[in-house]
Amino acid sequence: MRVLPRIVPDGTNFPFFRYRHWAFAASVVVIVAAIVMMLVRGFNLGIDFAGGILLEVKTPGPARLAEMRTTLGGLGLGEVALQEAGSSDLVLIRVVRQPGDESAQQAAIEKIKQALDQSFGPGLDYRRAEFVGPKVGEELRRAGTLAVVIALVLVLVYLWFRFEWQFGVGAILACVHDVFAVLLVFTVSDLEFNLSSIAAILTVVGYSLNDTVVVFDRVRENLRRYKTLPIDQLIDKSVNETLARTVMTTATTLLALLALYLFGGPVIQGFVFAMLFGILVGTYSTTYIAAPVLYYLKLRPAALAAGESAPRPG
Amino acid sequence: MRIPAWKRWLVAVVCVVAVLALVPNFLSRETVDRLPDFLPKNHVVLGLDLQGGSQLLLEVDAKAVVKDRLEQLVGEVRAALRPAQIGYRGLGVQGEAVVLTLTDPSKLDQALSELAKINPLLPAAGFGAGSIRELEIEGRNDGRIHIALSERARAERIGAAVTQALEVVRRRIDELGTREASIQRQGVDRILVQVPGERNPEAIKRLLGKTARLTFHMVAMEVDPAEVRAGRGPAGVMLVESAERSGSREWVLYRQVELSGENLVDAQATFQNNEPVVSFRFDSQGARKFARITQENVGKLFAIVLDDKVISAPRIREPILGGSGIISGSFTTETANELAVLLRAGALPAPLTVIEERTVGPDLGADSIRAGVIASIVALVAVIVFMVLYYGLFGVIADLALLLNLVLIVAAMSLLGATLTLPGIAGIVLTMGMAVDSNVLIFERIHEEVRTGRTPLSALETGFDEALRTIVDANLTTLIAGAVLFQFGTGPIKGFAVTLVIGVITTMFTAVTVTRIMVAAWYWRARPAQLAV
Repeated sequence: MRVLPRIVPDGTNFPFFRYRHWAFAASVVVIVAAIVMMLVRGFNLGIDFAGGILLEVKTPGPARLAEMRTTLGGLGLGEVALQEAGSSDLVLIRVVRQPGDESAQQAAIEKIKQALDQSFGPGLDYRRAEFVGPKVGEELRRAGTLAVVIALVLVLVYLWFRFEWQFGVGAILACVHDVFAVLLVFTVSDLEFNLSSIAAILTVVGYSLNDTVVVFDRVRENLRRYKTLPIDQLIDKSVNETLARTVMTTATTLLALLALYLFGGPVIQGFVFAMLFGILVGTYSTTYIAAPVLYYLKLRPAALAAGESAPRPG
Repeated sequence: MRIPAWKRWLVAVVCVVAVLALVPNFLSRETVDRLPDFLPKNHVVLGLDLQGGSQLLLEVDAKAVVKDRLEQLVGEVRAALRPAQIGYRGLGVQGEAVVLTLTDPSKLDQALSELAKINPLLPAAGFGAGSIRELEIEGRNDGRIHIALSERARAERIGAAVTQALEVVRRRIDELGTREASIQRQGVDRILVQVPGERNPEAIKRLLGKTARLTFHMVAMEVDPAEVRAGRGPAGVMLVESAERSGSREWVLYRQVELSGENLVDAQATFQNNEPVVSFRFDSQGARKFARITQENVGKLFAIVLDDKVISAPRIREPILGGSGIISGSFTTETANELAVLLRAGALPAPLTVIEERTVGPDLGADSIRAGVIASIVALVAVIVFMVLYYGLFGVIADLALLLNLVLIVAAMSLLGATLTLPGIAGIVLTMGMAVDSNVLIFERIHEEVRTGRTPLSALETGFDEALRTIVDANLTTLIAGAVLFQFGTGPIKGFAVTLVIGVITTMFTAVTVTRIMVAAWYWRARPAQLAV
């Protein structure tokens, strides 16, 4: 009935756990690099967080970027960035936040439109005009961070409740690792960091948790089934048993995201790129962050003792 | 693998409802209106990023609200201390408080007890709130008195101002004849205005940028403006600029408000001597006052003041008894119209500032929809083909569940009237990938059970049961993350969270019931001797 062979053969027994030290080293490098890059280079903050002005203009013919740059540079509005947006007749104009209050931002938008109309109009089409005041940017930044932290805390509580506290800690550490890895992508690349980026990070957190919980669920089951198996072997066994599912799900999700990346248009491309990367990282972190944490937090001895004192089923 | 009848009925009913809920999305509005009432009529609302439009985030100037109340308070303090014959100096607003200094500090206790009379208890709200007063009055031994609004009075006043501003904003935008504008309160002192299809928000911004506080004052013709400017004018007058751009003339007006915009019942833009003017009509109380004022002051100048600027100050030629009048000034047809709209809609309790603006042209929206639809279809086809190639018949079952899942998501969004945004489309595409996960979990578990030597029937049952626990735990964690996003997110994040949360719920439903029913139906018909999952 099936056309393709199974991606993962039955009864694999990869010794994932043995390579944990290498993986730890890699993870530490990623996290340290992320922190260093955040401090040194920072993010390419979009106007959502930095405040400022964003205009998208469609020109009748191919846009004369260099001339536009000169025109707008002469307006005395500070840093003005121009960039082609998807096709040669689309221009994204970004202007840093204007000193003064909100009306100063409004005035700047008018000034830009006037200057462009004068030199390149008529026939210019302003497809998008956005400005975010300084106060709002600050608030959005706080709300975004708050959302990530609250989500993680609630998930920790849930996993503690449904499993053991070690599972909660393992899952959260894996998530934190994933968040840093995605942040690293944002700092290294020039991807704009905006509200959508927060959504992307939270999706990665959601996916990573999903993946972690599936493996943890199997660990929990195997803990009951194999009362004396050492925890490292038990972890390897659980990861191997769920490997086929992990690979399949990652494949279909990546397939869907890849379609979105290639055909979804420029507006969400950055958003999708971060997710593509994050989903790979989320899968990795289950095996090399979440599961080893169970080992180091000595899940087995305590759970084992409790398990043996309880009557054995069947 | 016996499915109880109620479960099959449940799935059938859900499917029928879902399809019915889906229908209005494909019909024109007229057709939907003609449908019988018991059918669902809501459709998915496209976000401004998809249909184009403007979004403005306005902030009510809370400081101005407080300042207004304090200025009013100055008058009340004066009125409270006068009958008791308590002397004071330096009465006025300083920062967020009213201050004064008694000339005779020994009268402090008497002054405080007089002031306590103008300090009412606030109506109780919640537990133990019955003892909070509007003002916090502090007196020092040297005779200095400091009066500030209590924290709660301040919050209530600002809250009331925002509520009132919301209403005024709604009326002003309705007057513009803009269709389907959404006006919501956001946070403590914000108002979010979303106007679909609006290309140029300038008109709206101009309209919302005016407080439109209209007052009528007598002109103090005998006072020289220069005297007032130098601070030597008599009490009870003020210097007000002219609204006319040419010649920055200043008027000396009596502070006393003779009449205000609150007494207006109608305002229209018309013409007088070929000049655009605004005609207005007072309510009965206003008309009586207007008649009295015009009778008593024939020959004097009567100033019409809008937002602290004198629009015009006509001479009263004869008593006006009908309660209607005309504002002339240097209007164009457009500005006359705007003023009429503003007067009809009423004054804002405080100025509004635009602190965030996002405008998306309809072309960009259409491009985004096209890109989103293409991406969704490509993603869907890719996943469907992959699943069939990999799982064969079971893949077909998973694909049917996936399609049903999509129908359910759109149906749920229609019923809830949820907004679909571009990140929302991304959320749906992501759900497609993750929806398949539930089925993968089930199939892989069945595969494992087969390998341990179970019979097909036993493998199917154990597979479904064991996978269910995993699916619930895994999806609930995602649901928690999605709910947090929805709660704390704004704009694009919220749009994404909506589809994610709905997607997780429908995924659990289809994976747990629909896939199982289809697999069971296949099993009892085919009765395979062995399973090839």
